[in-house]
Amino acid sequence: MALIELVDISKSFDGELVLDEFNLKIKENEFITLLGPSGCGKTTTLRILGGFETPDTGKVLFQGEDITNLAPNKRPLNTVFQKYALFPHMNIAENIAFGLKISGKSKEYINDKIKYALKLVNLSGFEKRSVDSLSGGQQQRIAIARAIVNEPRVLLLDEPLGALDLKLRQEMQYELIRLKNELGITFLYVTHDQEEALTMSDKVVVMNQGYIQQMGTPEEIYNEPENAFVADFIGDSNIIDGVMLEDRVVKICGSVFPCIDEGFGRNKPVDVVIRPEDIIIGKPGQGIMDGVVTSNVFIGVHYEMCIEAGGFEWLAQNTTSYPVGTRVSIGVTPENIQIMHKPQSEDEEAISLDD
Amino acid sequence: MTKTSMNSNLKRLFSGPFLAFILCGTLVPLGVIAFYGFTDRSGAFTIENIMAIATRNHAQALGLSLGLALISTVICLLLAFPLGLILKDSKLGKKGFMVFVFILPMWMNFLLRTMAWQVLLERNGIINIVLKSLGLPLLDIINTPAAVVLGMVYDYLPFMVLPIYNALIKIDKNLIEAAYDLGADKLLVLRKVLIPLSVPGIVSGITMVFVPSLTTFAISTMLGGGKVNLIGNIIEQEFTVGSNWNLGAGLSIVMMVFIIISMALIEKFDREGEASMI
Ligand SMILES: Nc1ncnc2c1ncn2[C@@H]1O[C@H](COP(=O)(O)OP(=O)(O)OP(=O)(O)O)[C@@H](O)[C@H]1O
Ligand SMILES: [Mg+2]
Repeated sequence: MALIELVDISKSFDGELVLDEFNLKIKENEFITLLGPSGCGKTTTLRILGGFETPDTGKVLFQGEDITNLAPNKRPLNTVFQKYALFPHMNIAENIAFGLKISGKSKEYINDKIKYALKLVNLSGFEKRSVDSLSGGQQQRIAIARAIVNEPRVLLLDEPLGALDLKLRQEMQYELIRLKNELGITFLYVTHDQEEALTMSDKVVVMNQGYIQQMGTPEEIYNEPENAFVADFIGDSNIIDGVMLEDRVVKICGSVFPCIDEGFGRNKPVDVVIRPEDIIIGKPGQGIMDGVVTSNVFIGVHYEMCIEAGGFEWLAQNTTSYPVGTRVSIGVTPENIQIMHKPQSEDEEAISLDD
Repeated sequence: MTKTSMNSNLKRLFSGPFLAFILCGTLVPLGVIAFYGFTDRSGAFTIENIMAIATRNHAQALGLSLGLALISTVICLLLAFPLGLILKDSKLGKKGFMVFVFILPMWMNFLLRTMAWQVLLERNGIINIVLKSLGLPLLDIINTPAAVVLGMVYDYLPFMVLPIYNALIKIDKNLIEAAYDLGADKLLVLRKVLIPLSVPGIVSGITMVFVPSLTTFAISTMLGGGKVNLIGNIIEQEFTVGSNWNLGAGLSIVMMVFIIISMALIEKFDREGEASMI
């Protein structure tokens, strides 16, 4: 049974629909990430779970029990707020101790926990510091510490690493995962950083405009995006109009590419996704189509190039640099071509490509 | 001339009238009061006017003033904080309107408002007429300290409500939610978040009620009917009826010292209160 379940949740603000029949199941000990562009309803979802917002329709279940109308302080979960929300009139130790004191823990236990939590977020010795005196990133880490010391069944984290630099963020990602495994807390994590979502989660939920676009393991989301929005949002990709000529043959930009997808029918228009790192660059005539390099930027480890071929600007990444103006060929191995149905209705189109 | 030096010159120019105002409106009168307070009628130095507070009459009046001011401040605080909370949470779209209603009396002359209470509370006043017609026991508080406290509370309550309300609405909503999230119930949120974070508003509210309550003579004259003698009344009489400016000034200085001491105490108490509350 799912630990937490959102059933048909709809929520609108001032007549504007933010969540539309939203369904989500979270299993015990799972690390689920909500990923989506700004304003797609991630924070609203967390607020409904935390009890700070009542859904217009639908239910929130905890171990099968309806908690939709349960007060926030009665819910077995804690939140790391997007805006930190540290108490400015308390020092760091008092902030972290807040929840522990309420649950009536002993002084020694609380002191140990404060020490442990501060060490965990790399801020040992900060007990007596005031909130004002901390940088944004430090405050964010204290907010994490304040939530985890309570060892809730579920931890809701709203972009908890957003204010940190890359190195610290990677460190904290690692620490959070370790923590989750150590304490057995279920994590519902919100981010708009796709890399973070892919590295940390057991399951990624890609959202846009209040709808779930795709739900799956990071590999599934990355390798088999279900629609153009997901493909576009997760990593860079070439999204091209194509025609499925028959099983395992797709025509893109006038050239015929072998692929591995079946069951689309004959002469069916489809969306084709090809990741830039999957494009094989070769000498003219060696690939499937020929083209010219139109731009070339070094982005660390590899070069990112645009190749004009068949009337389309292909984005390609390669460790070898091909200067602008070079004539090259491009090719793709069949299993790296991802075929997707075109959106059926206008409605669906709005969801998927509006961004 | 660089831009910054021009700016600072400009600032100096504009601050001129302000400085002149402080000088003429505050420092000079203070100097004059100090002069009168420390001299006798012939102009010779004396501390008799200051020591005059020790006489029975004066000490009693000061004691009563402090007592009534304290009581009315506490009542105002007990009324204003819940009121501030209600105003803050009122979901009425016209929040501003609610506040406006509570602040409205502040814009009426306070002598008029006090006089209204005189009419209401009189032995044959409106309240008693109503009570009589209902067959209820009559209210007999006019010309007692209770009537004076009532007048003080009525007159100065808005000065307590406004700063507390302002402090309360400035509290980040996220902090309240965070407290709930960490398991606090309503009472704990009040004690650990709302009250500590509205301390600046509470302090200025207390100041704005306590000081005028301590120094008033109009309210005690109108609602005390000459039977409730506050230090303000005594000073006023020295300046008018008794025309002993030296004694009046001397007592004023003593009162000022008391105000300063009480403010320091409030400030200290609040800081400690804040610390212990956490
Ligand atoms: N209390 C509210 N009143 C009115 N509109 C709201 C309210 N809360 C959220 N919204 C609207 O709901 C939409 C979703 O907001 P939400 O905060 O859930 O987005 P988000 O996915 O968390 O975005 P971000 O990544 O920027 O934090 C936005 O358009 C926002 O303006
Ligand atoms: Mg958000």
